[in-house]
Amino acid sequence: MVSSSSVNGAPLVDVRDLRVHFPVTRGTLWAKRVGAVKAVDGVSFKIFSGETLGLVGESGCGKSTTAMALIQMHPESSGQVFFEGTDLVTLQGEQLRRMRRHMQMVFQDPYASLNPRLTVESIVGEPILVHGLGHGRKIRERVRELLSLVGLDPRVITRYPHEFSGGQLQRIGIARALAADPKFVVCDEPISSLDVSIQAQILNLLEKLQHKFSLTYLFIAHDLAVVRHISSRIAVMYLGKIVELADRNELYQNPLHPYTKALLSAVPIPDPVLERRRERIILTGDVPSPIRPPEGCNFNTRCPVAKTVCFEQDPPLEDYHGHHVACHLLR
Amino acid sequence: MTAEPLLCVQGLRTIFHSQKQIVRAVNGLSFTLDKGETLGIVGESGSGKTVSMLSIMRLVPSPPGQIVGGEAWFEGKDLLRLDDAGIRKVRGKDLAIVFQDPMTSLNPVLTIRRHLVEPLELHLGLDGHAARQRAIELLQMVGIPDAANRLGDYPHQFSGGMRQRVMIALALSCNPKILIADEPTTALDVTVQAQIIDLVKSLRREIGMSVIWITHDLGIVAGLVDRIIVMYAGNVVEIAPVMALYARPHHPYTVGLLDAIPRLDTAGSRPLRPIPGRPPDLVELPEGCAFAPRCFCQGERCQDERPGLREVGPGHYSACGKEVGEAARLAKLSAD
Repeated sequence: MVSSSSVNGAPLVDVRDLRVHFPVTRGTLWAKRVGAVKAVDGVSFKIFSGETLGLVGESGCGKSTTAMALIQMHPESSGQVFFEGTDLVTLQGEQLRRMRRHMQMVFQDPYASLNPRLTVESIVGEPILVHGLGHGRKIRERVRELLSLVGLDPRVITRYPHEFSGGQLQRIGIARALAADPKFVVCDEPISSLDVSIQAQILNLLEKLQHKFSLTYLFIAHDLAVVRHISSRIAVMYLGKIVELADRNELYQNPLHPYTKALLSAVPIPDPVLERRRERIILTGDVPSPIRPPEGCNFNTRCPVAKTVCFEQDPPLEDYHGHHVACHLLR
Repeated sequence: MTAEPLLCVQGLRTIFHSQKQIVRAVNGLSFTLDKGETLGIVGESGSGKTVSMLSIMRLVPSPPGQIVGGEAWFEGKDLLRLDDAGIRKVRGKDLAIVFQDPMTSLNPVLTIRRHLVEPLELHLGLDGHAARQRAIELLQMVGIPDAANRLGDYPHQFSGGMRQRVMIALALSCNPKILIADEPTTALDVTVQAQIIDLVKSLRREIGMSVIWITHDLGIVAGLVDRIIVMYAGNVVEIAPVMALYARPHHPYTVGLLDAIPRLDTAGSRPLRPIPGRPPDLVELPEGCAFAPRCFCQGERCQDERPGLREVGPGHYSACGKEVGEAARLAKLSAD
């Protein structure tokens, strides 16, 4: 695991002011744009080679949309996404496809992300074929190799997705993500749909593969303990914006943003003595709608310590010696 | 203990008929619940935790489900042998249940008022103005702002957390003696989960009810319950007072589970030790201990005999023949 302060040189991934606003229209024949769902609203971060950036937040914060926009799956997005120095937004067609080989994704629901009508061989072999990295027997050999790597018997290449359990399907999804030998893998909630005893198996597998192949991960999850376990740095999102970004231990031991503090205090810990002693920050109310985010700081409707300025101005993400926070109270 | 338990379940067995096969969902579950106690039932998918509660409430669809054995004593009556009219008098009144997904438990075409008023009319004989007043009180009790105006709203007009509060209000409407909460916060965000848990904690004191909380999350029950039952493959593998379960877990499955989950405070500082293999096929349960194929400390008898629960500490029972502390010790050894 690499922390940002020990890496010099250019980041592998550099996202600048990413915005994904989904238009809201009224009318059927002549649809008029009356507003936008600001799913991602000005997100910037860097990911360095070999590290794992964790992206956490509750539902609707925009973390999954950020990931999809990063790999250029959202035409409604704006901003810049540099991969190895090239802005992906400027690429199209064949050029973009060549870059895509190095940016793969593991999805949350293995039942939905694997084509039920294809065999394991076809599913895992597809990226190899698509990126022109081999054909015929070479693909089969590579697929067997990948299946062993993820802990499955290579003989399952002839089977179909419905014959596997959730944990096994997720291993197949990981094998597929590695097939084209990528540099960067986006893991979008890869273990949340699995049973607890299986989650640790997949988490360990992801770590092992990262070390073996020097992979860089963007790890998206809502489970803060899991994210702490696997990430080197973590970004916390709320209503389309990053509110805090810091090295792993720094974030958990010294959270600065009121939302991060509330989030951490809400996570249950399997320790009855600790649980009875802990101080909980219970937030009131619900997350506001991303169509109508509040004036000023997005968190002001629920913040226990909001001041006047918080209702007037949106706080920028400021850097305090590598610990980034977007909060007026610290300025 | 001194008083009679409020609920006493003995040897519950429930199966499902599926394409000429029999799925053994619950295989001889026995436990008691005392008055005012909060009991946690922990298990993964297929452990039987939900089916066992549905069996007690007689909510298992039959067919394909079938309760094939056991007793569930509540206030002098065996819930499993009551007729339809009998169980309907108890369900929703003395025994209430909150499910995981409020969107499928609430009828989308009925207003919240209609939902709340139904049990009030049925069980308490309230109607008209009295029922409406009580409904408003209930919504206020669960922290729904502007309760009087929200009575006429439909479920889709509430957020997930709010809907779950409505479900709780519904469950509490007739002052139940036992509230069963089946993974009520699993589908909710963690900050909303904290609100709901907080709510249940304060209400259980106010109403003086017993609570059974079902979950896969060993973090939630740590701060919430008095005793924990760990279930695996349709049966109990360990029962213990909450402090003892975490301090001295006995059964290898419990030990394994605690080692496999990352803790917020220590994550990243120790490796995760997953439990190898997968949960068993409930159609073809092994002869001996159901956990044996995945267990790291197998003894000679484990494959042949199904171990019964034995006492390993005060109020602490485990379905494993090993010495006290053996599983934890072996787990530590295998890790170093």
